[in-house]
Amino acid sequence: MATRALVYLPPTLRAGEPFEVRVTLQHPMETGFRPNENGSLLPRNIATRFEARIDGQLAFAADLYPAIAANPYLAFWLRTERNGTLDCQWWGDHGLAHTERRPLVLAG
Amino acid sequence: MPGLRARLLVAAAAAASLAPLSPAAQAQASPAPRLAGWQELSPALQAMQRDDSQNPAWLWLADAQAAWAQPAGPAQQSCATCHGPHPQASMAGVAARYPAWPAGSPAPLNLAGRINQCRQQHQQASPLPPDHPELLGLTLLIATASRGQPVAPAPGPQMDGLRQQGAQLWGQRLGQLNLACTHCHDQLAGRQLAGARIPQGRATGYPAYRLEWQALGSLQRRLRACVTGVRAQPWPPGAQEWLALEAWMAQRDAGMGVEAPGVRP
Repeated sequence: MATRALVYLPPTLRAGEPFEVRVTLQHPMETGFRPNENGSLLPRNIATRFEARIDGQLAFAADLYPAIAANPYLAFWLRTERNGTLDCQWWGDHGLAHTERRPLVLAG
Repeated sequence: MPGLRARLLVAAAAAASLAPLSPAAQAQASPAPRLAGWQELSPALQAMQRDDSQNPAWLWLADAQAAWAQPAGPAQQSCATCHGPHPQASMAGVAARYPAWPAGSPAPLNLAGRINQCRQQHQQASPLPPDHPELLGLTLLIATASRGQPVAPAPGPQMDGLRQQGAQLWGQRLGQLNLACTHCHDQLAGRQLAGARIPQGRATGYPAYRLEWQALGSLQRRLRACVTGVRAQPWPPGAQEWLALEAWMAQRDAGMGVEAPGVRP
């Protein structure tokens, strides 16, 4: 199944005013410490890095670790002065690389 | 898990002291006001369920919205071919009356079973296994079309028979702990099982995102967890006992609002 991610932006954005972004990535976040039914360890499979970029410029980043539950949810605040695009990117084990692009359109 | 074992033994001891209930009494056994599933959650979980941007079940919903329009099977028909592109309108109220006995069906069906029947009849596709993510997602998509609508169990003598069987199972002691559903979820509901509140056992939030599973799961999966929790042998998958319990729980919840997608601890 393709990787699925949710990105929520407020319905109206205003220049210079902070807005909250909420992102959820569909991911098992397998810690690498859990045994399977045969007693051997399940290989680690986690997302390790999240970055949010406005027009290519890094605006927010987070490192993710095995203690984070499945389907990691992040909420953070951004601010922009002009229309642009928001790129939300995740990287992780087993070649995980996922990008969600959203337009940032200011009101008024 | 020794902690859970000790907790359940305490619950068993508490329940053993309770007088057995006649099936007729069980139907009315909840003198406390009925609470919706979300009302028994912690404030943090309530917020998580209420806010669509925090509820992880929306990951499955996003997949289901894509699957709704995706042709499947040799017939190359999608859900949208027959039911239109807007399930929120065309499927409104459907989830509130399931489990039901659809016309032409040899057996009663829950919503997931009805979707599989649709797949086989109209898409000529193979049925999805129980708890398949796509089946859960489609079930949830149809359930959200009934969000807030009162649960209205399907009428009819055939369904009455199934509900009766479910009510009997609800009051039947099971497993090494010798507990029936009614002991915890009617008689001890609202009290604590160690750190956890014993809920009234409402089915209106399912399919729900359960934190313990870290995934979306069906009501039958939740029931299975309860049956193994009292250390009973679960009925085989697809057994009528599960459906009878579902039908009885819908009767118990009649009139309460559908709240899928629920978030449960």
